[in-house]
Amino acid sequence: MDSKLRAILPDHDLLRMYEQMVLCREFEESCAEQYTKGHITGFLHLYSGQEAVAVGSTHALHKDDYILSAYREHAQAIVRGADPRRVMAELFGKSTGICKGKGGSMHLFDPELSFMGGYAIVGGQFPIACGLAFASKFRKENRVAACFFGDGAVNQGTFHEGLNWARLWELPVLFVCENNFYGIGTAVGRASALADIHKRACGYDIPAVRVDGMDVMAVYEAVKHGAEWVRENSRPYLIEAVTYRFRGHSMADPGKYRPVAEVELWKARDPIPGFARRLVEEGVVTQKELDGILVKARVTVAEAVRFAEESPWPEDGEVYTDIYV
Amino acid sequence: MPIMNMVQAINLALKEEMALDDRVVLLGEDVARDGGVFRVSEGLLDAFGPERVIDTPLSESAIVGAAVGMAAYGLLPVAEIQFMGFIYPALDQIFANAARLRSRSRGRYSAPLVVRTPYGAGIKAPELHEESTEALFCQMPGIKVVVPSGPYQAKGLLLSAIRDPDPVIFLEPTRLYRMIREEVPEGEYTVPLGKARLAREGKAVTVIAWGSMLERTLKAVEGYDAEVIDLLTLSPFDEETLLASVRKTGRAVIVQEAPLTCGLGAELSATLAEQAILHLKGPILRVAAPDVPIPLARLVDHYLPSVERIREALEEILKY
Ligand SMILES: Cc1ncc(C[n+]2csc(CCOP(=O)(O)OP(=O)(O)O)c2C)c(N)n1
Ligand SMILES: [Mg+2]
Repeated sequence: MDSKLRAILPDHDLLRMYEQMVLCREFEESCAEQYTKGHITGFLHLYSGQEAVAVGSTHALHKDDYILSAYREHAQAIVRGADPRRVMAELFGKSTGICKGKGGSMHLFDPELSFMGGYAIVGGQFPIACGLAFASKFRKENRVAACFFGDGAVNQGTFHEGLNWARLWELPVLFVCENNFYGIGTAVGRASALADIHKRACGYDIPAVRVDGMDVMAVYEAVKHGAEWVRENSRPYLIEAVTYRFRGHSMADPGKYRPVAEVELWKARDPIPGFARRLVEEGVVTQKELDGILVKARVTVAEAVRFAEESPWPEDGEVYTDIYV
Repeated sequence: MPIMNMVQAINLALKEEMALDDRVVLLGEDVARDGGVFRVSEGLLDAFGPERVIDTPLSESAIVGAAVGMAAYGLLPVAEIQFMGFIYPALDQIFANAARLRSRSRGRYSAPLVVRTPYGAGIKAPELHEESTEALFCQMPGIKVVVPSGPYQAKGLLLSAIRDPDPVIFLEPTRLYRMIREEVPEGEYTVPLGKARLAREGKAVTVIAWGSMLERTLKAVEGYDAEVIDLLTLSPFDEETLLASVRKTGRAVIVQEAPLTCGLGAELSATLAEQAILHLKGPILRVAAPDVPIPLARLVDHYLPSVERIREALEEILKY
């Protein structure tokens, strides 16, 4: 991508995107620490390395477009506007969490932000995205359902069912695959007959592109184009964002199945310093300002942790609420 | 005799049976190179090679469906589903095909497959990673449902399950994986399917439990003259042992980790009422989880049947 950043977005937006990527990274790294301390329990899947996808995509979507994601979704929720303090509290299981501390890391949900959930069942979100898109079309509201998923999810039946429905009924779904090359320990080439995931859309007559998921502007432009195409044509579109997770699958996974050299290669392509360099080179921001952004993100995250620590546990009776019994 | 935990005991059972019978194959997500998320199949790829220890795509329906086909062709597949909460995409293959192959082929085929899956609470994750929906499977004719309560039982039951001509859902209580260590013999022994185990003798009340609830129940009954039955096979369950015990004690308490409504406890209770009501001195009591999704962290302790709640039930029934 040769175009200058400022030709794509004003400084304000560029900075906001940078800030959010930094915030997400700091948030996730802090989660790792809180998990090690025993404050976060269960499974914790971190997003470090993939920030450009959530940030680039969310900026390209309308505020009321639906977002659905899997269980590696803290960043998706925060970038969409969820308060980092309440997300952290949710991970701690505290009553001030965005799901009252009952859902935890994998089940973030915030209807006010049109954030329609993290899904712990791989592939669970495809048909739901189709249903939301159907309703949006039915009501003539022109909202897009952006459905995020991993490379592992494309071998689940619901992926194929979802793509077929979306095309057959001409539904405004934007499918975004975050291809980080592994589903837990299984490399994409060992799990998929066709590892070029975007090509799979072809079987459903859905246009698709592959984009560098380590480049936030590339993601932004692809999603901008894709989402507008979906809106105009009321038809699905698929984006494969090629990315990498810097940590293991979850905190319980030492990730021994990935060669060290491979991990290092991808870390050298870290989306955050990459974007920082461009911002400085093109005079959008000074290094000093960038340092300030990092400090600010750290303060936000430290506040989030403090908020979570100080928040009360849910009452036992909370177990019986929000459910038909 | 070696001392081992349940993960090691299951691993040993798989290793021994694979060495003994080359029809046994393992398949599932990350079971081969990674040795399974709980390390149950660690080392088996090296021992038996990629044709018999198979990493599959993320496709539960195909994992079980393919196992049905393999079984029909004479293999003995042991499929792993990573967590019980992920088995739902495969329910169709379990219910519509595995359970019915024998009757559909008028007895000429059967589906001698095992579906192993970690089950129940124990890792402090909410919802789908802690499910105990065993009763769903018990409702379906044609499949057997087995839950070990410790390493020794786990090995012996798994060997029986692999050798059984019908599909077996083998539920491994996650909480017990590394909690209990006990002597497990190397080499051949089996624990029969369909037989409950008398875990403790007593005369005043019969307490029926399975899986991770057994351990809690044994704690709760300390100081009571209670008989404890470890059900082991949930379907078909051992009516005879249950009835004999309840006829003797005249009182029954059922402890299940699953939500109350339509859990296996309801079926056990109905059976006891139908066949032993005249021996009963009081109502059959159930201790169960509430009918809500499994919450996170702290609330899990409130959700799960506790030693105290089991004791309350004992106190109540002993008033009769
Ligand atoms: C139906 C189902 N099967 C298995 C799992 C266990 N599991 C959780 S994540 C995962 C791998 C998914 O990989 P991918 O879709 O590439 O997403 P990533 O973790 O790389 O973000 C598996 C097998 C699950 N959660 N749901
Ligand atoms: Mg992946």
